[in-house]
This record gives sequence, C-alpha cells and structure tokens, in this order.
Amino acid sequence: MVENPLVTLASMLPLPIDIALGVIVYWLLLGLAGLLAQNSRVITRFIFPAGALGALVLAVAALSSLGSAVNVAVLPLGLPDLPFHLRLDALSAFFMLLLGAAAVGISLYSAGYFRSMEEGALGLLCFEYHIFLAAMAMVFMADDAYLFMVAWETMALSSYFLVTTDHKVAEVRRAGFLYLLIAHVGAIAILMCFGVMQGGQGDYTFDAMRESNLTAFWASVTFLLALFGFGAKAGILPLHAWLPEAHPAAPSPVSAMMSGIMLKTAIYGILRVSFDLLDVQLWWWGALALTLGLVTALFGVLFAAVQTDMKRLLAYSSIENIGVILAGIGLAIVFHSFQKEAMAALALTAALYHSLNHAFMKGLLFLGTGSVLHATGERNLGKLGGLIHHMPKLALLVLVGVLALAGLPPLNGFVSEWLLLQAFLLSPGLPHSYLNMLIPIAAAALALAAALAAYVMVKFYGVIFLGQPREKTVVEQVHDIGIWERAGLIWLALGCVLLGVFPVFFILHIDFVTQQLVGQTLGDSAAKIGWMWLTPIQPERASYNPLILLVTIIIGVLFAAYAVKKFYHGRLRRSPAWDCGYPEQSARMQDTAEGFGQPIRQIFELFFGITRKVPDPFDKKPHYHGETRDLLWEWCYLPIARLTEKLSALTGKLQHGRINIYLLYSFVTLLALLAFIR
Amino acid sequence: MNGILIQLLQNALVVLIAPLLLGWINQCRAWLQNRSGAGVLQPYRNLIKLFHKDAVLAHNASPLFRFTPYILFASMWLAASLVPVIATDLPLSPAVDVIALVGIFALARVFISLAAMDVGTSFGTLGARREMLVGFLAEPALLMVFFTAAMISQSTSLVTIVETLAHKQFMIYPSLAFAAVAFAMVLLAENARIPVDNPATHLELTMIHEAMILEYSARHLALVEWASALKLLAYFTIGFALFLPWGIAETGNMSALPLALIALFLKLATAGAGLALLETVSAKMRIFRVPEFMGTAFLLAVLGMLIHFLLGS
Repeated sequence: MVENPLVTLASMLPLPIDIALGVIVYWLLLGLAGLLAQNSRVITRFIFPAGALGALVLAVAALSSLGSAVNVAVLPLGLPDLPFHLRLDALSAFFMLLLGAAAVGISLYSAGYFRSMEEGALGLLCFEYHIFLAAMAMVFMADDAYLFMVAWETMALSSYFLVTTDHKVAEVRRAGFLYLLIAHVGAIAILMCFGVMQGGQGDYTFDAMRESNLTAFWASVTFLLALFGFGAKAGILPLHAWLPEAHPAAPSPVSAMMSGIMLKTAIYGILRVSFDLLDVQLWWWGALALTLGLVTALFGVLFAAVQTDMKRLLAYSSIENIGVILAGIGLAIVFHSFQKEAMAALALTAALYHSLNHAFMKGLLFLGTGSVLHATGERNLGKLGGLIHHMPKLALLVLVGVLALAGLPPLNGFVSEWLLLQAFLLSPGLPHSYLNMLIPIAAAALALAAALAAYVMVKFYGVIFLGQPREKTVVEQVHDIGIWERAGLIWLALGCVLLGVFPVFFILHIDFVTQQLVGQTLGDSAAKIGWMWLTPIQPERASYNPLILLVTIIIGVLFAAYAVKKFYHGRLRRSPAWDCGYPEQSARMQDTAEGFGQPIRQIFELFFGITRKVPDPFDKKPHYHGETRDLLWEWCYLPIARLTEKLSALTGKLQHGRINIYLLYSFVTLLALLAFIR
Repeated sequence: MNGILIQLLQNALVVLIAPLLLGWINQCRAWLQNRSGAGVLQPYRNLIKLFHKDAVLAHNASPLFRFTPYILFASMWLAASLVPVIATDLPLSPAVDVIALVGIFALARVFISLAAMDVGTSFGTLGARREMLVGFLAEPALLMVFFTAAMISQSTSLVTIVETLAHKQFMIYPSLAFAAVAFAMVLLAENARIPVDNPATHLELTMIHEAMILEYSARHLALVEWASALKLLAYFTIGFALFLPWGIAETGNMSALPLALIALFLKLATAGAGLALLETVSAKMRIFRVPEFMGTAFLLAVLGMLIHFLLGS
C-alpha cells in the first residue's frame, strides 16, 4: 500500500489545539523572560517581536483548524478532581484567528513604542502584556466554567494592571478602578449564568451544559445574565462607562488590544452561551439584543462626535462598533428562533466579519493615536493639526483605518455593513408581523449610525492630521514613526485592505463557524459566480465586487491624471491660501474638535448633558467653558453609588471598634444559630 | 460583448453630457429669471478655461489635497456609469449594488471634506463640517429610499430593480411616492442646490459646497466641478431608474437603444427644467433649518418603507 506523503506529514504535525497550547505556554515564558531580563533593549528588540511570531503561529494554526475536526484536551491542572477541559472548535478557532492576527500587528508595534519606557516598569508591562494575551487565548479554548472563569479573571486582572501602567496619575487609578469594578460586576453575572446552566447537576463542563435541557424560563434567565455579564465587558449600554475612561488611561498598544481583541471575548461569550450552550432560542432575546445593540451604536457614535480627546473618541467609537456587532447577533437570534437558518447565517456572518474588521481597524487607529501621542505628547485634539506634513507615513496608514472605520468601499468596514444591511432586507420573510415592521426602523438606525461614523472619522482625521498646527510648539520636534511601529501599522492596514477587497475568501472560512452555530452557511451562494463576487443570497438579489470597484476607481484616477497631463499642462505654483480673500488668517480660525462636533451637539442636544459658561460681553479676558457629559452617569451610576454608600453607612453603624460589642455580636449569632438548628 | 459595448458607451456618454445637464439647468434658470443666459455650452467653456490655467496651491496643501479631485472624478464617474440609463445590460452594475452606490457617494463626500480641512482655513473647515452634517442625514435617507425599491423588487441590484419596476403596470405605489419625495429632497441637499445650498454664490456665510472647494483652482477645480456635474447626473438617472424606468432598453435589445437615448434626453430636459423652476421659486434656508429638512426626508423615506410593509405595495 502506497502512503500518501501529505497524509503522513499531516499526521506528524501537532494538532492545532497543541499548537495553541504551545503558544500560550510560549507567551507565558516570554512574559517571565521579560520580567527577569529587565533590560529595555532585550525586551523591545527580542521579546515583543518573538511574541508577534507566536501570535502569527497561533493565527495560522487557528486558520488551518477552521473546518477540521473539533479538538479536545483535558489538562490535569487546577484543583484535584477538577481538571481543565479545553476545546478548539470552529467558533473558538475563529476568535483565536482574530486574536493572533491582530496581536501580530500590536506586538510588532509595541516593540517600537515601548522603547523609551523606563526599564523596571517595562519588564512588568511585558509580563502583564503576555499574560493578557495568553489569558485571552485561554478564554477562547476553555470548555468548562471553572477554567473559563479562571482565564476570564486573569484577563481582567492583567488588563487592569496594564491600564494602570501609569499609576502615579490619580485619574488613571480612578479609571482602572472603574474598569475593575464593572468587570467584576459582569463576572458575577457570568458566574451566575454558568450556575443556572449546569442545572443543579454540579457538573460545570460545557458538555454537561449542552445536555441540560433548560425550560424556557431558565434559559431566558441564562441569556439575560450572559447578556449582562458579557455586556459589561463589551461596553453595551448602560455598562459602557469604563471604556471612555480606561482607554485614554492605558498605553496605546494596550488600548488597541483591549478594544480590538478583548471586547471580542465578550462577543465570543455571548455567541457561545446563546448559540452553543443553550439549545433553545426565543425570538425576544434577539429583539432585545438588536434593540440594545442599535441603541448602543447610536449612543456611541453620537458621543464620539463630541469628544475632544482622541482616545476617548475612539473608545466611544468602539462602543458603537460593539453595538453594531450585537445588533447582528440579535438579528441572527431572531432568524434562528424562527428556523430561518440561511438568514441567521447571513446575520451571523455579518457580526463575525465585523468583529474581525473591528480588531484590525480599531487596532490600527489606537496604535496611530499612540504614535501621535509619542510624537507630540498631546491627546487633546484642540492642540493638534497639520501632522500630515510631519508624519506622512503615519498619516497614510491611519487614513486607511479611518476610511475603513467610516464604512467606505472598497475597505473592510463596508463589507460587514453591507452584509448586515442585506440581512435586514431579508427580514420580510419572518412570520411575526410586528417584528417585520420594527426591522425597517432598525435598518434606518443602523444606516444613521454608519453615516455618523463617517462624520466622526472625518473629524478625527481632519483635526489631527490636516490643516495647520493649532499649537506651533506641539509639532515642532515631531519625527515620523520608526520601523517597528511602521511594521505593526502596515500589518493592520494590510488586513483592512485585504478583508475589504477579498471578502469571499474570509467568508468561506467564517462559514465553518455559522455551520457550527446555526447549521447553515453562505458558502454555496456566497461565491456562486466566482470567488471575487460576494453574492450572499442569489446573484440576482444582491452582489458586490470590491475588486472591480477598486480597479475601476483606479482606472478612473489614472485616466483623468493621464488625460490632464497629456492634453494640458502640469504647471503648478504655490501661494498663500485664498480663503475668500480674508487677509487675517490664523490657525486658530480653523474648527476645533468642539467646533466640528457642534452641529451634532445642537441637533441631539436632548441626549447630552451640556453645561456652558458663556462670558459676560464686557469681560476683558473672556473665558468660555463648555462640557458635554454622559447623562447615564447621573441617571444610572450615581444613584447606585449613593445607594451603596447609604447601605454601607447603615452597616457601618454596627461597627464600634470595641471588642466587647463584637463579642456580643458573636454571642447573639451563636444563640440565634442554636435556636435555628436545635 | 454587447454588454461591454453598452457599458463603454454609457461611460463615455455620462462623462460627456454631465456638463451639458448643468448648462441646461443654468439656462432654464436664466430664462425663468428673465435673463438671456450664457447658453447650454457654458460649463464646457468653463472647464476648458480651467484646464488651461496654472494650478495654484496653498503652501500648506498636502498630497491628499492634490489627489482628492482625481478620486472625486473617478468615483463620481463610476457612480454615473453604474446606473442603468439607456440599457440594463451593464457588466459593471452587478459589481456595485445600491448599498455600495451609497458607499461610493460617501467615499467622495469624505474625501472632499478631508481635502477641505487640509489647507486649514476657516471657510474650508466650516464647509467640511456642514457637508458632513448634510451628508450624515442624507445618506441614511437615500439608503431608505433604495430599500423601499429593493423591498418591492426583492433585490438590491439596480438592474433588477429597474427591470422589475419597468414591468409593473402603471400605477402609483404609495410607498414609492413617499420615497420619491424623500429622494427629491436628498437630491437637492446632496447636490448643493437651493434650498439647502446655493451653487451660484461665494460670498455668503451659508455656503457649503463652495466653501469646501475655495482653495481649488485650475485643473483641480475643473475636475471637482466635473465630478459635481457627474454626481448631479447620477442622481437624476437614479431618480429615473427608480421612479420613471420606462423607455429603457432591456438586456440584449440593441434596436431599442436609440429610442432609449431619446427617452433619456427627454427625461433629463424635463427634470432639469423642473429643478430650475424649483430653485427659482424657493429661497435658500438658514443652515440651522437644514437638519430639519433632512430629518423630514429621512422620516419620509422610513415611512415609505413602513407603508410598503403595511400595504404590501
């Protein structure tokens, strides 16, 4: 019998799950090495690039394991009789791919970014950074609640320490605390959700949970707990408050990782619980998730439009994107609950594709703000401007991210938006008439959010990179980015372009996930008339070909440029700006970030908490003060905080600090217990 | 083969007649205002004049500023070539459906706004901000208009929409009526026409489009103006495709082509005169009223979609 050499080779290769475990161990070792080395050169030149290499291996392993059989493993770690169960199925592999692919860019960038950091802190940061990566990979692979919670908490703690890298600043500590608090409120909900799902059997493996047939009531409780718990991590309204605080506080690569990858662990969790662990889906879960997602998206984008801090702006934009992803998941649940599996597959593909896109685009933009911050030391949009002249390479790479995030063809943000809108257009097939009517309104809300995202991105890019520098001193000493930073950014920008221009290739891989979750794929129809054509339902119904679009625009540009050169002349001269002939022009006459957001503030005044201090007309030194606050702080967070304080004050009355009173308490408790047990 | 020929014909046609449409509208407006007008060919003369001039760039202009006119021209040309105007047999059309078409308009809008912010003048940023303000309300409204048509024809492909609507018997669809009003409002706003913007004025604090292109000159300005003309033509033809699709040559029917051309010119002439009339009888509104205007368009478009659900037509 002749053996196929390829088959023997494949049997010799380690299983994807082993590779993934190997990468996790490798990252942990790298972290330890960083902690021990304590040498800035070693850490930035070797450890971070090595981490990127690990991420690349992980991404390739995950990509190759999509479509192959489910891998499971049991590790004899943890508590006695409670081993770690691991599992690498299509859903895990997809998110592993996301993690690995985005982490390659972020780690490469970090190698350049952290160069100037002091050594002691850098070793610690390198340690936390790699623990964070490993913990996220572990979350995706966990197959029992115990390991899941351990990994989840490791992820939360390591990211908390990363956020508070700059812990000498009081604001950073405050932001870190808020993040830790909300993360733990969420973790409690997740724990309870697992508790409900194990159905009193005491078996916390996911396999047991899949078997436990919950009643509709308990399944709903589980779903709501999961939505709350994972929503706290993802930043779904009203649990979003930590995002705009934590992101500006964290170093940029950490922000990129948290926004690009960590938020997706929550998306993973919601998908895992609602599609895999629970065996029933009710339509109102989907309607709830859809509504919540759209409200979150609109809220996020409106607040992004009025921000003046570039990282806060991106944080709010992340809230928006998470909202869009959640809306896609909600739509998928609605379709799935009515057994419209093909439509569910489309909505789910849109949500997954957007998750992947967002990891690349937001990673790219957060890293871009990191470079701006490093070069200028300024996060406030009001002091930046004109950086395209000083940092042209950075400006070009960030432009890719900006166009992608604005949802413009032929880049990747548009593909997921297109898929999601197509899914909305399919909704008339639903048997539920009220739901049918709501869905056009939902589609309108989504379109509005997408259009506003373009507004936000024009503001972000225009104020930072274009125009004249608003403060001359800020841009004087600016240099363009170094080679490591450039490599990281190019990787992510390339991802944005490839995901945008060759969507079918990626969708064919996402199909394995939708096959696992809803038993249907887009594959048969998605590439019906060739691999370049994205036709999710039927070619007559809808088709999109980004490659042709791109090529046609390029041909148009070249044709116009050639014709102009050929038939006319290319003469050009420079002169001062015209600006309608106004002689007195200064950089301060450009729009500030506040100015650019003013129309949004004016139109949607109702949703913002605005305080303005307008100076007296006779004031010699007028000072204008305007502030836009999040009303949910006053409506939701502060009442809860006050209630907690009141309760603690009541509890505090029991404490007197005198030993005899405490002894009395013990005595009374003992008596009460005796009376109770008797 | 026929398809490619028709596509090339349409590409050439739209790029050549776009300035003519602008000239016709201006001429009609002149007549309505009791002026003799500069003739329908004036936009061509303007373009030639601009191409001959030396380009003047501000000191602070970046490569993005120089590159933008080409992007604008190419994307608007693509948009205008995609809409089935004379025949439905367009090989390019399946590549870009209505959602992607809205995306191309958004791409052009983002680029022109960025270019406007590039030189860093007060008028430029003001124009960019206002353009994005108009755009973020116009874009979803346009999308909703398209969705209404897409719901009726079960497709987001423009060719299929046109073929379906052209075969329906002549009757007024309530949903399409709402969509048509919304579309007309979007058309006015997106093409910088009265009452949202005034294409004929510069020295006004309320300008939007003109404020953005103040710093452009010579060939760059010519390309921007040509792109605007193409955009207007694209909007007109989208309107015909959605609401007056009759007379178009269907797949494989070359003999209907001359008739389709005549039909197109008749439609363009009527619609252009209508636009001129509308612009003559209405006044420009305050900039703060524009969000209300656009909000109305958005609501009408959503209503159109809801009515489609309620009445099923």
